[in-house]
Amino acid sequence: MSTPSLPHSTPSIARRKFAEALFKIVGLGSLTVAVGTLALLFGALLYQGVGQIDWQFLMSYPSRHAAQAGILPAWVGSTLIMLVTAVVGIPLGVAAAIYLEEYARKTWMTELIEVTVTNLAGVPSIIYGLLALGLFVYILGLGESILVAGLTLALLILPVVIVTTREAIRAIPVEIREAAYGLGATKWQTVSHHVLPYSAAGILTGIILALSRAIGETAPIVTIGALTFIAFLPPAPFTTQPPYISFDWLLSPFTIMPIQMFGWVSRPGEDFAGNAAAAGVLLVGMTLTMNGLAIYLRYRMRKQVSW
Amino acid sequence: MDTSSVAEQEAIPISKPDAIEEAAARRRARQRRERVIEGGLFLAALTSVATTVTIIAVLLSESIGFFKTVPLLDFFTDTLWTPLFANPHYGILPLLAGTLVTSAVGLLVAIPLGTVAAIYLSEFSSSRLREIMKPTLELLGAVPTVVYGYFALLVVTPALQRVWPDLPVFNMLGPGIVIGIMIMPFVISLSEDAMRAVPMVLREGSYAMGATRLQTAWRVVVPAATSGLVAAYVLGISRAVGETMVVAIAAGQNPNLTWNPLEPAATITAYIVQVALGDLPHGSIGYQSIFAAGLVLALMTFAFNILGHVLRKRFREVY
Repeated sequence: MSTPSLPHSTPSIARRKFAEALFKIVGLGSLTVAVGTLALLFGALLYQGVGQIDWQFLMSYPSRHAAQAGILPAWVGSTLIMLVTAVVGIPLGVAAAIYLEEYARKTWMTELIEVTVTNLAGVPSIIYGLLALGLFVYILGLGESILVAGLTLALLILPVVIVTTREAIRAIPVEIREAAYGLGATKWQTVSHHVLPYSAAGILTGIILALSRAIGETAPIVTIGALTFIAFLPPAPFTTQPPYISFDWLLSPFTIMPIQMFGWVSRPGEDFAGNAAAAGVLLVGMTLTMNGLAIYLRYRMRKQVSW
Repeated sequence: MDTSSVAEQEAIPISKPDAIEEAAARRRARQRRERVIEGGLFLAALTSVATTVTIIAVLLSESIGFFKTVPLLDFFTDTLWTPLFANPHYGILPLLAGTLVTSAVGLLVAIPLGTVAAIYLSEFSSSRLREIMKPTLELLGAVPTVVYGYFALLVVTPALQRVWPDLPVFNMLGPGIVIGIMIMPFVISLSEDAMRAVPMVLREGSYAMGATRLQTAWRVVVPAATSGLVAAYVLGISRAVGETMVVAIAAGQNPNLTWNPLEPAATITAYIVQVALGDLPHGSIGYQSIFAAGLVLALMTFAFNILGHVLRKRFREVY
């Protein structure tokens, strides 16, 4: 580099400062585009949709008349499917994470499990739909039912649950485990009495994030053949005759909120756009609430934990 | 665990007082329980392997039926995709083109904006702004894709039609832009991680030489984080390629071999959705065709994911 003389360097410094200031504007601008565009879009959604949401909208069946159409079967379906997904996906994911963090030795099998978890996290959700269509719907003959949808989403969220649970478990210092072993606890006693309770908040965060992803998933459920127009509810889980509890709803046809929204969006004509926006507001509201809760929990945890 | 050998030793003696016998039995029971639990946990962990194997098996077995009817050569060279017509053609190229065009538009939005935003966030912004932006980006990444589809069809495309009045209702530009906005938080987050991983000493060295922040960012941090940035892009591509609802809603349903984003065209994912919404009998060629299309999609995303993860590992190992 040549030694810059003073009259030369002053404009160069000014130029660099200018470039720096320019970049700051561009950078802040890009960040604003990323967040601001979405804020704008959500504003549009809210503007179109929020007026539609009332008791009647929540408690009505879909209809050919936009003004009377509601999302009762959709949110009931979403709730039941989330139930199946949570019951299947969470224990499986947490158990797998415990195995990988606490038990697994460095073998090719462990390596294989780790690779598949990473890979599954990146598989497009529609591929899970094809898996469910081929395996659950046809080979196992479970039909286009709530059970199949729940199982599909359980497999879909498995990598999320595993990864976040592992992170939570890994944050527990090894001394806790050593102290438990030192008192004669077995491995499972150590895990169930100490590691799991101490990491519960972190695991919960992961579970909320995973379920919030599942609740918005559309593509895999469309692929297994869910209908967009359902004018009935699944059978009630409780009956008046003994044994008072029924699992018929598991094999019932269903629709879910994102599919209901999809059905309304793809209908030509202005009428149903408002319904779609209303369903969208509810969906976004739900996922943002769940995610916000998870982020808040994680934030609180980071502040409190003092290992 | 080595306690098992102790248990075996204690189990051997022939005569023993009841209390000791009982303790040994209890220990054996406990060890049995431990083994059962470990076995159960292992089986749970095996689910991910089983899922992966089943995905591959289902896609392959249904595709084999498809490729018995359709020669591979036709599949990759025919320029028409009309499996449901009386005179069917099975060329994947139109669907592939639709997928690539929408993804490319998305990447043209997400990569430049995302990279600049990530540089700003990592190198320029105050830590307070960063603390707010990171969770916000995470929130944006969690919005259901069907909502983005709504935006593409009913907000972005009408806005674009003001600029190009000839733009059809279904086109690849609108959904492409929306895909870009959708994967931007993901790209920003991963790129920012990559740049934060660059050790501070490199920046300090650069500042000591009299470089400005911008020069340091462009000439030191970005080159040092290249593999991490590329990994972020590649994982972003994989997301864009697999994106379904946005294109199914807003890009149109007709396979159309074109590279012009202003035209409507179906993507691989949109085709799968379209067929799944209809009523195709199990085992028909139309039914099998979605698995063949899915196989192509899965192979593409597998390749991108593996590439992305290899690159990510590399940037982690350097320092």
